[in-house]
Amino acid sequence: MGRLKLITAIGIAVVFSIGLSNHAPPSQAFTEQVIQQGAVGEDVIELQSRLQYIGFYNGKIDGVFGWGTYWAVRNFQNEFGLEVDGFVGQKTKDMLVKASEYDQDWVQQQIEEGKEFTHYGGQKRPWSEAQQQGGQGQGQQEQQQDQGQDQPQEQAQEQPDEPTATNVPKGFSQNDIQLMAQAVYSEARGEPYSGQVAIAAVILNRLDDSTFPDSISGIVFEPLAFTAVADGQFYMEPDEQAREAVMDAINGWDPSGGATYYFNPDTATSDWIWQRPQIKRIGKHVFCR
Amino acid sequence: MRWVLYIVLIVGLISAIVYGYQEHQEKNAILIQAENNYQRAFHDLTYRIDLLNDKISTVLAMNTPENLSPELTEIWKISSEAQADVGQLPLTLMPFNKTEEFLSNIGEFSYRVAIRGLDEEPLTEEEMDLLSQLHESSNNIRKELRTVQHEVLDKGLRWMDVEVALATNEPGDNTIIDGLKTIEDNSEEFNSTDNEGVFTLNSESKSEEIKFEGKTYNEEEVQEFITEQFELDGNVDMNITGTGDGADIPMYNVSFDTGDLHGYAELSQQGANMISYMLTREVGEAQISLNEAMIQAEELLNGLGYDNIEMVESSQYEKVGVFRFVRVEDDVYYYPDSLQVKVALDNGDIMGLTARDYIVNTTTRGEVDFSENITDEEARDLVNPNIEIMESRKAVIENDLGENVLCYELVGVLNDQTYRVYINADDGFEEKVEKLKQSEQLYGIN
Repeated sequence: MGRLKLITAIGIAVVFSIGLSNHAPPSQAFTEQVIQQGAVGEDVIELQSRLQYIGFYNGKIDGVFGWGTYWAVRNFQNEFGLEVDGFVGQKTKDMLVKASEYDQDWVQQQIEEGKEFTHYGGQKRPWSEAQQQGGQGQGQQEQQQDQGQDQPQEQAQEQPDEPTATNVPKGFSQNDIQLMAQAVYSEARGEPYSGQVAIAAVILNRLDDSTFPDSISGIVFEPLAFTAVADGQFYMEPDEQAREAVMDAINGWDPSGGATYYFNPDTATSDWIWQRPQIKRIGKHVFCR
Repeated sequence: MRWVLYIVLIVGLISAIVYGYQEHQEKNAILIQAENNYQRAFHDLTYRIDLLNDKISTVLAMNTPENLSPELTEIWKISSEAQADVGQLPLTLMPFNKTEEFLSNIGEFSYRVAIRGLDEEPLTEEEMDLLSQLHESSNNIRKELRTVQHEVLDKGLRWMDVEVALATNEPGDNTIIDGLKTIEDNSEEFNSTDNEGVFTLNSESKSEEIKFEGKTYNEEEVQEFITEQFELDGNVDMNITGTGDGADIPMYNVSFDTGDLHGYAELSQQGANMISYMLTREVGEAQISLNEAMIQAEELLNGLGYDNIEMVESSQYEKVGVFRFVRVEDDVYYYPDSLQVKVALDNGDIMGLTARDYIVNTTTRGEVDFSENITDEEARDLVNPNIEIMESRKAVIENDLGENVLCYELVGVLNDQTYRVYINADDGFEEKVEKLKQSEQLYGIN
């Protein structure tokens, strides 16, 4: 904590000396919105850059308002005598704009180049040096591995202000979501949306059930569990709706009513499945315990 | 001229034979590979059940708590490996879940006993009884599995045949299936005897019906209710169905379609409580902020009569915002009583609500009197000193054993990583430590 305080103090000192001599309006200021935890977008990139400029934030500028950004905002609000609530409203934004500088083009150029910069503004340091100070958390190690690869420059230039990270529900990776979306799409394309969410929910209910494997992949690839996995339809590219259905199920919607099995009554060949207590029917599928 | 034709035909025939033979070989190779995977899982399973049986009998003979804990942990590990083996066999279509339940019960029991201080709390009479029952049952399963294994090896039985027999629903007299059915009966016998009190975590306990206050609605009234709730036209196509025997809450499922909006809602048959709903339509680019969306969500919930709630989680997923609210009473956050709301960020419309957890948990909990023996200060002292605590509040959570406990929820930072620690407010036990992670790098972009 001592180090952060020191950096903060230096930051403030630097800021005030700049602030006194330089009254030019900032080239870029926030939009009107109140920024809160969980938000994604350009405003968050600006927020993170500005907080980093004055030493409150030393994580990655990725455009996702996560916990690191949240604590940075709270510390900033605390140091500058604002109400400490973690919401970036007009007062906090004004104070930030006064206290820091934001060179949008430069920041976005860095993001495009895939550079990690932990000291935007004040003292610019090569990313690698800052990295070696350690304790920067998992995200940066991943970043470090990525440094070796060539960046797809063209693609990055087309979408210059896009965040480089995304929100994921706790305990799930984007790749788990992809696996589930493939299962949902191959099993229930053409079904009503609620039926698709229900199938994703069945996978999640199995995850909680002690008699099923305890990983998404374990459940999806269990022999004979899903016909679409057995016959290879599983490897089709899922559409946006399937992905959305999976996200809804992960976020807590369960139209299946807690089911761990489902079947299509027209094609089901197993007698046993008919004996399970049925919960409901959505579209072509009957969901049961 | 004719002999040229003959030669062409002969060459064609020979190459067709060669091609067919190669295809056949390849197909065989793949089938053998699949068969080998099944065989490995099955033989592993028999070995592990054998081991499990041995370990349980060792525990029965043991006296010292120092040795007991590691041995029970071992049992826990083996039972979970055995379950993984079952998961790799093509048994999803046959009733083998009692055996899986049996295995998970063994794991559950040994885990719980192993983690508690056996010095102060040695095994009770009842638990010893249970262990000897487990021993007996696992012994039966072991014998049966070894018999099936012998048959498999002796007669060269193939799991691929089991798979085919199960998939076509013609089990006939498949030795493997018959053997596994005997095992299943054995497990069932164990599960159904009076051991239920010991395994409270069993999913069975959750499936009791939940009752609500208020009158029972019929389909017409539901249609009216939905029309009003979603401000629909009188002549929108609406499809209402009831739930079956397996549902824990008797509900009506309502779906409707207005052309560009598709809706799905669940209402309890008694009292017409809105349990959840989802609306689907094309969502445009995000126009409003997550914050505005949160206010919309709050308004909706207040309008539905949920007053004492606080937002605990907000996330933007491209064009929608998802918020999680929990019930707050006397400054205590009740995490099991949660509500999720999804809001479209193009115009702030509510896209979905699920109140199931809130409704189920608040109605089933009943009166609970949480005792409180430690203060906030004392709780902070119980957290790893390297974590810098930033926030604290009181919360009720569901712990590992599925019980609701009152805790101090302490959020802190260690090495730039945010953690949430729950300290039991009664005895200071560290119930849960969670690493909080909210974003993931977009792979394939940078």
